[in-house]
Amino acid sequence: MAKITLSINKKEFPMEADPQMPLLWAIRDLTGLKGTKYGCGVAQCGACVVHLDGEAVRSCVTKVSRAVGKQVVTIEGLSQANDHPVQRAWQEIDVPQCGYCHSGQIMSAAVLLRENPNPTDQDIDYGMAGNICRCGTYLRIRKAIHAAADMQKKTATKG
Amino acid sequence: MKQDSKKRARSFVSNQTVAILSILIFLIAVGASAFRRDAPAKEIKISAIARDSVASVKAFETVYKVLMSPRCMNCHPAGDVPLQGDDSHLHAMGPKRGLDGKGVYAMKCSNCHQETNTPGLHTPPGNPDWHLPPAAMKMVFQGKSAHELARQLVDKKQNGDKDMQKLIEHADDGLVLAGWNPGEGRTLPPVTHAEFKKAWITWIKNGAYAPKKTSN
Repeated sequence: MAKITLSINKKEFPMEADPQMPLLWAIRDLTGLKGTKYGCGVAQCGACVVHLDGEAVRSCVTKVSRAVGKQVVTIEGLSQANDHPVQRAWQEIDVPQCGYCHSGQIMSAAVLLRENPNPTDQDIDYGMAGNICRCGTYLRIRKAIHAAADMQKKTATKG
Repeated sequence: MKQDSKKRARSFVSNQTVAILSILIFLIAVGASAFRRDAPAKEIKISAIARDSVASVKAFETVYKVLMSPRCMNCHPAGDVPLQGDDSHLHAMGPKRGLDGKGVYAMKCSNCHQETNTPGLHTPPGNPDWHLPPAAMKMVFQGKSAHELARQLVDKKQNGDKDMQKLIEHADDGLVLAGWNPGEGRTLPPVTHAEFKKAWITWIKNGAYAPKKTSN
């Protein structure tokens, strides 16, 4: 165990944790942020995706030690009022069915749209292939990402 | 006769002086070089490479076996998706190479592959520099004959601009070494790293000959 501080959603969280422990345990159990989900535990499903210095890492295999000194963003911190274009598009299109995988889906989609504001269907497939949805909402996910891209463009034009 | 012997004596003295002066200059140069901080690293020059096609080709048999093993070939695929497992199947989830070889968007290598192996059977192996070769120089191993691979490995336009010295050093590259630390559930390359390195250097130092093209 070691005394460490993690920066999650722009807040500092001092904690005692094993630096080898998965970041997901620190997020869920030590800070109480339960939006990030445990799916497979071996980086195969994407349910646990969070942003680590802007990259969509899988927190189930990312050690706490890797997150020290970096900015962690979870689904709770993606936007101030759940109004990130991806979140708005998800609500508008009513993407989730059971919803378990969708915090990971949204966090991955946010990285995709940041790096490619105008993705094609193929870009979406390439960027989202690591996020599994057992309910099979892939078509709605793709539709929502296109919608979020449009919203993002409109916001940028207004700004 | 007297004049001749005087001449010989003068010439002998002169040779002695030259020899003493040469030794003095040599000693001063050696002494001075000992205090140099920026002494250049030894470089292997082409002239220092023995040309022995038989020894070279023989050593490449071992090199080829290693490079075509899953631990090396899986990250040198013919397509833009890495391979996985001892049967070298396409990587689950189909992550793409990307321009820099490090993946795309939310599917970057380091999103799953950590700095070290993740504990557990068939979990993501780790390395701080995990990546495929970049899109501009794919360095494909998959499907290459021994002849083709040997030619490719010494072609600076296809090997990441590596000269002979850099090729030799590449045997100790972190990602090359990672092949011998593959994580649980994965077989090791067919020989030890020391045996591979020996064969690799033997192949290069004997001229880096390509084996003959096979007829099939």
